[in-house]
Amino acid sequence: MTALLGNAGGLFAPWAGGSWIGWIFFALVAGGIAFSIIGGLAYILVWAERRGAGRIQHRRGPNRVGPWGLLQSLADTLKLLSKEDLIPKAADSILFVLAPAVVMASALGCFTALPFSRDGVAADMPLGVYLIMAMLAFSVIGVVMAGWASNNKWSVLGAMREAAQMIAYEIPLGLLVLSAVVWYGSLNLGVMAEKQAGGWLNVGHWFVFRNPVFAIPGFIVFFVSILAMTKRLPFDLPEGESELVAGFMTEYSGMRWSFFFMEEYGAMFITSAVAVLIFLGGWNLPFVPGEWLTGSFLGQLVAAGVMFGKSLALVLVMIWIRWTWPRLRVDQVTALCYKYLTPLAFVCLLGTCLWKYAFGM
Amino acid sequence: MEGFETFDAAGTEGVTDVRTQEMFINMGPQHPSTHGVLRVLLKADGEVIAAARPYVGYIHRCAEKIGEVLPLEQFTPYTDRYDYLSAMNNNLGYCLAVEKLCGIEVPERAQYIRVIVAELNRIASHLVAFGTYGLDLGAFTPFCYAFRDREWILSLFERLCGARLTYNYVCIGGVRHDLPEGFAEGTRNFCDHMEKTWKEYDTLLTRNPIFLQRTAGIGVVSPGEARAWGFTGPCLRGSGVAYDLRRARPYLVYDKLDFEIPTGKGEAGVQGDCWDRYYVRMLEILESIKIVRQCLDVLPGGEVRAKVSKALKAPEKEVYLGVENPRGELGHYIVGDGKKAAYRMRVRGPSFANLTILGKLLEGAMIADAVAIIGSLDIVLGEVDR
Repeated sequence: MTALLGNAGGLFAPWAGGSWIGWIFFALVAGGIAFSIIGGLAYILVWAERRGAGRIQHRRGPNRVGPWGLLQSLADTLKLLSKEDLIPKAADSILFVLAPAVVMASALGCFTALPFSRDGVAADMPLGVYLIMAMLAFSVIGVVMAGWASNNKWSVLGAMREAAQMIAYEIPLGLLVLSAVVWYGSLNLGVMAEKQAGGWLNVGHWFVFRNPVFAIPGFIVFFVSILAMTKRLPFDLPEGESELVAGFMTEYSGMRWSFFFMEEYGAMFITSAVAVLIFLGGWNLPFVPGEWLTGSFLGQLVAAGVMFGKSLALVLVMIWIRWTWPRLRVDQVTALCYKYLTPLAFVCLLGTCLWKYAFGM
Repeated sequence: MEGFETFDAAGTEGVTDVRTQEMFINMGPQHPSTHGVLRVLLKADGEVIAAARPYVGYIHRCAEKIGEVLPLEQFTPYTDRYDYLSAMNNNLGYCLAVEKLCGIEVPERAQYIRVIVAELNRIASHLVAFGTYGLDLGAFTPFCYAFRDREWILSLFERLCGARLTYNYVCIGGVRHDLPEGFAEGTRNFCDHMEKTWKEYDTLLTRNPIFLQRTAGIGVVSPGEARAWGFTGPCLRGSGVAYDLRRARPYLVYDKLDFEIPTGKGEAGVQGDCWDRYYVRMLEILESIKIVRQCLDVLPGGEVRAKVSKALKAPEKEVYLGVENPRGELGHYIVGDGKKAAYRMRVRGPSFANLTILGKLLEGAMIADAVAIIGSLDIVLGEVDR
């Protein structure tokens, strides 16, 4: 899909460059494509989550609408679309309406720099990972807006928790991205993936295997941090339904509410994809030479499939964790970050520098 | 509300330059984890609770007053409704009190059947406590597991009396019907199954590090405090006081049965914390299984219901009888005046007494702890308000 997006950009870019109307048209088309990608992803992930939860919880999960309940999400989307558009009287209506859009924009923005194969990227920019980190952090603004605009005390508490959590977990996340930048000497995620090609069985050069002492703990810290960044259990405090009713989403319903959810699933996928690109070899597949995966169109298609599969595997782990563990308390969440993850991330960063100096890349 | 404004935010002593505004939050009566329609008014300084005050009465249904209007034997279905998770035990408590008042002898077989159904209902109730406690702390899966196993008990009860929640099975003078065919075998199968899944629960929630972090050392009630606040049941035993009415004032055939009284030992944190209260309930499931098995082994034959006069009249005396419900001591105080209905009826519910300490426990806790503490007290609002 994103291969298509990359091609679409390529298709329209020369034409669009001509005039500002062209650019607007291009922006609309690109936005529409990105939106449908996130929508599609959320569709698949919601289905996987509900079926997975059913399996874990000794029940069946949705199985009535369509084969294996595949159309359940469609039915739910229709239901959400047909719901009444509610804005609480006491809410700040402008911010209330704007907040889901801001949150959604952050997920959409992330996709622009996310490569699925060498050419399968909407904007192949040298600052890719930097943009993704910035866009991810951007969603907290939307959440705080939502919490404040709702004029509900539970919402405010949820928004404050989100802000505290995001700011805390950006630090280990940023440090680990930095260690990858040091290792690969590039901020471009596509370049990072390409540099992991080769080695034993085309696996040997993956970051986690090339630098096992620091990259494996680094990957674990990274994974915990992205769980926190995407508000997944055990870090789902901002919306912790048993404590804060529904946190910052308490007053939201219908399509606006579903935007928050789409963002959550979009962010889950994006952060998992970044983890795959940095630590788990990107689109590289064992036994398949890296040149083939970056070469022909068919190879790139396979590469996109591999990326998708690896990211989905990480998302499934997230789902598994969500349906197994209880939730941490707010002070424990920040303590875990500042006391353990951040120092560990520092060690990983320093260690990676030394490892690169000692053994080269 | 007097005195409520004078509380200072906990943990802000010594901080003079930074002053944040406290916020009043209504937790409930519509809140996912107040286990019904409990309303707690919280005065929160950010995430820290400076003061809390519970308000009850949202589902008051005048159960006791109804007991003074209806004939004695017609009140049993109303007892089902106060603690709807342990209706058998409620029936039992009321019927025992009436039998003591009217001097009715219950056949031995009925006594054993009463113990079996009461203990099965105790397991079912503790399973709900386990499941919803997980839910309160954000773990959804234990809830599904607990309800899967509770379903087994409910279908046994359904075969026994046709109802799944409000049984009205124990009646004055015995039980309504004899055990149906295959009930004993089904119960034995359930006991075997429950022992197996109990170990699953242990790994899934009880020993989970996050669960321990959330419950160990939280909401500590010392043994002295527990006694002073009128705690009974698992909450009292969680504080280390081995007081169980089945042993302290035995009724039915409990004095012939062999079972332990689990108490909180502070294994995970401090004695009397949320984890201790929770774990006492888990251990009681095992003890109840033991009791049910013993009763099935020695179940005597004979009648299941004594002959009770159709026009049962309450003699002119008063009686109090407490039984050990899953949540603590359920006592019925009945005064008779020679008429068909009781002259005065008073119910001592365990949830209400256990809830009274809430305001004190929540002071200085965090909002997330409030949920953990309320859950560990395991209240049923139907019985708090009656």
